[in-house]
Amino acid sequence: MATLLPIRAARTRTAPTTRTPLRGRRFARRLIIYLLLVLGSAVFLLPLFWALSSSLKPDYQVLDFPPRWIPDPIRWQNYPEALTYVPFGRYALNTLTIAAGAIFGNLLSCTLVAYGFARLRARGKNVLFIIMLSTMMLVDPVRIIPMYLEFNALGWIDSFLPLIVPAFFGSPFYIFLLRQFFLNIPRELEDAARIDGASRLQILWQIILPISRPALAAVAIFNFQGVWNDFLPPLVFLQTQTNYTIALGLQFFRATYSIHWGYLMAASIVAMLPVIIVFFFAQKQFIEGISLSGIKG
Amino acid sequence: MSLHNLRLALPSFHWNLRQREEAAFYLCISPWIVGFILFYLGPIVASFYFSLTRWDLLTPPEFIGIDNYVRIFTRDPLFWKSLKITVLFTFSYVPLDLAIGLLVALLLNQKVRGVGIFRTVYYLPSVLSGVAYVVMWMWLLNPQAGLVNTLLSYVGIQGPRWLQSPDWALPSLVLMSLWGVGRSMVIYLAGLQDVPSEMYEAARIDGANSWNEFWKITLPMLTPSILFNLIFGIIMTFQSFTTAFVATNGGPLNSTLFYVLYLYRKAFEHLSMGYASALAWILFIIVLVCTLIIFRTSGRWVFYRGAEE
Repeated sequence: MATLLPIRAARTRTAPTTRTPLRGRRFARRLIIYLLLVLGSAVFLLPLFWALSSSLKPDYQVLDFPPRWIPDPIRWQNYPEALTYVPFGRYALNTLTIAAGAIFGNLLSCTLVAYGFARLRARGKNVLFIIMLSTMMLVDPVRIIPMYLEFNALGWIDSFLPLIVPAFFGSPFYIFLLRQFFLNIPRELEDAARIDGASRLQILWQIILPISRPALAAVAIFNFQGVWNDFLPPLVFLQTQTNYTIALGLQFFRATYSIHWGYLMAASIVAMLPVIIVFFFAQKQFIEGISLSGIKG
Repeated sequence: MSLHNLRLALPSFHWNLRQREEAAFYLCISPWIVGFILFYLGPIVASFYFSLTRWDLLTPPEFIGIDNYVRIFTRDPLFWKSLKITVLFTFSYVPLDLAIGLLVALLLNQKVRGVGIFRTVYYLPSVLSGVAYVVMWMWLLNPQAGLVNTLLSYVGIQGPRWLQSPDWALPSLVLMSLWGVGRSMVIYLAGLQDVPSEMYEAARIDGANSWNEFWKITLPMLTPSILFNLIFGIIMTFQSFTTAFVATNGGPLNSTLFYVLYLYRKAFEHLSMGYASALAWILFIIVLVCTLIIFRTSGRWVFYRGAEE
C-alpha cells in the first residue's frame, strides 16, 4: 500500500498537463473501435441481407448486373412457390420429430451419466471419463459404415431410428457440459437431502435438475441446432424422399432447381430461420455453453 | 417379504457404503457404456475388420488381408489427391480461423458501449452451419452476379470464377467456412475473461504499452484457448464433407475432392465397403497422430495458470 502511494501522487501531479491530448486520444481510439466493429458487422450481415434481397426478386432480376440491393418489385410469391416445389413442410416436420426424440433421449441419458461422473466416487471413474472425452476427438466417418451395417441389420435404414436411438445412450459433449455444471452445484444441498433419507434418484430429480435448467436448456438448444444442420448421417440413413430432413430436402431442391436462385434463397432463408430464432432467444445458453466447452475439466 | 428373503439368501449383497456408491456410479453411466460399445468401440473394431475384406454388401465379405491398404497406397491416385486437398484445406483454414478469431475476439473484448450487440452479430453465422449456409454461399460466390464479385467490381477488380474454377474452388470453401469464425472467437472471448485485470495494471505501472501487453500477457494467457481451437479445428476440417458435397461435389476437376467425400463415394456409391473402411481407418490414424503430436508438444507453448500457482 505504502509503495503504491508515491506512484499515485506522481500520477495526479502530471494529470492536468496531459488531460486534453489524452482525452483526444481516447476519443480517437473509441472511434476506430466502432469503425472496425461496424465494418466487421457488414462482413457478417451483408451475406444474409444479400440472400434475403435475392429471395424477393423475380427470376429475371436475380442475375442483373449491377444488382438492385432492394428488390423492386418485391416478389413475395417466391416463398410459397419455393416451399411447395418440394414438400418442405414435411421435411420440417421430419426434422422436428427427430430433434424432439434426440433431445428427449439426450436429456435423459446425459443427465444420468453426467451426475455419475460429477458426484459419485468409484474406481475406474477417471479412466472412463478420459475415454469418454477422447471419443469426442474421434473422426465420425470411421463409425458411419459399421453403423450403417448395424442399422441395416436391424431393419432401421430409411427410418428415423438411427438418428434418434443413439441419443438415448448419451453424447460425450453434452455429458461433459452437464458434468461441468453439476460440479459447481454445492454439495451441501445434496447432503441435507441425503440425511433426510432421499435416494440418489430423488436427489437428482428434485434438487439437481431444477437448479440445472440453464444447462439442460443449453443441451437442448445445441442438440436442436445439431439435428437441424446435420447432413452426413441423414444422407446415409434416410432414403425415401418423404423421410428427408430439412437439410437433405434443401440439397435435393438445390440439385434439381439449381438455376432458380430466388427460390433457392427463399428456401435457404426458411431453412436457417428456426436456428436464427432459437439463437436470438437463447443467446446466453449458446455462448455460455460453447465457452464452457473450452474450459479444461 | 421377497426382498427380506433375498437378503438372507445372498449375504454378499450386504454392501458397504463405498460399494453402494460404486454400484450407483456404474448404474448411472451404464447408458454411456452401452452406447460406447454399440456406437464407438464396436464400429471402430468392426471397421478395422471390414478394412481387411472385400465386400459389396451383396455377397458375404471376403477376407483379403492388407490388400486394400496396399492398393490405396500404391495404386490409388485419388486417395493421394483427396488427402492432399484435405491437408491443404486444413492448413489454410485452421491458421486463418485461429488468427481471425483472435483478432475479432480482441476487438469484441474492448470495453465500449453496445459491444454485446456486435458479439451477437459476429457469432450468428457460426450457428448456421449446414446445407442452407453452403447454398447461400454458392449464390454469394456466383461469378456473374454474386455479392463477392459485385463488391470486388466496385473497387475495379474482376473477381474469379470461384467455385467453378479449379484454382479457386478450394479457396472459395476456405472463405465460406471463415464466415463461421464466431465459434473460435467465442472460445477466445471466454479465455480473455479469465485474464486477471491486475496483470494489466501491473504491466502498465511498469510502463508496458498495448503491443507489449498483447505479446507478454494476452497471448500467453490465451494459449489454452488456442490449443482448444487448434485441435477442434483440425478434427473438424479433416472430416469436412457437407461444404464440398453440396457446393462442388468434389469438382471442378476433383479440385475439392475432400477425403471424406471420396470415402463416402467409395462406400455408398460404389458399395466398396471394405475399401472405404480402410480409407476410414487411415483417416482415423492420421487425425489421432496429429492430435497426439499437438498434445505432446503443447507443453512447450501452452501456458496453464494453474501450473505456476
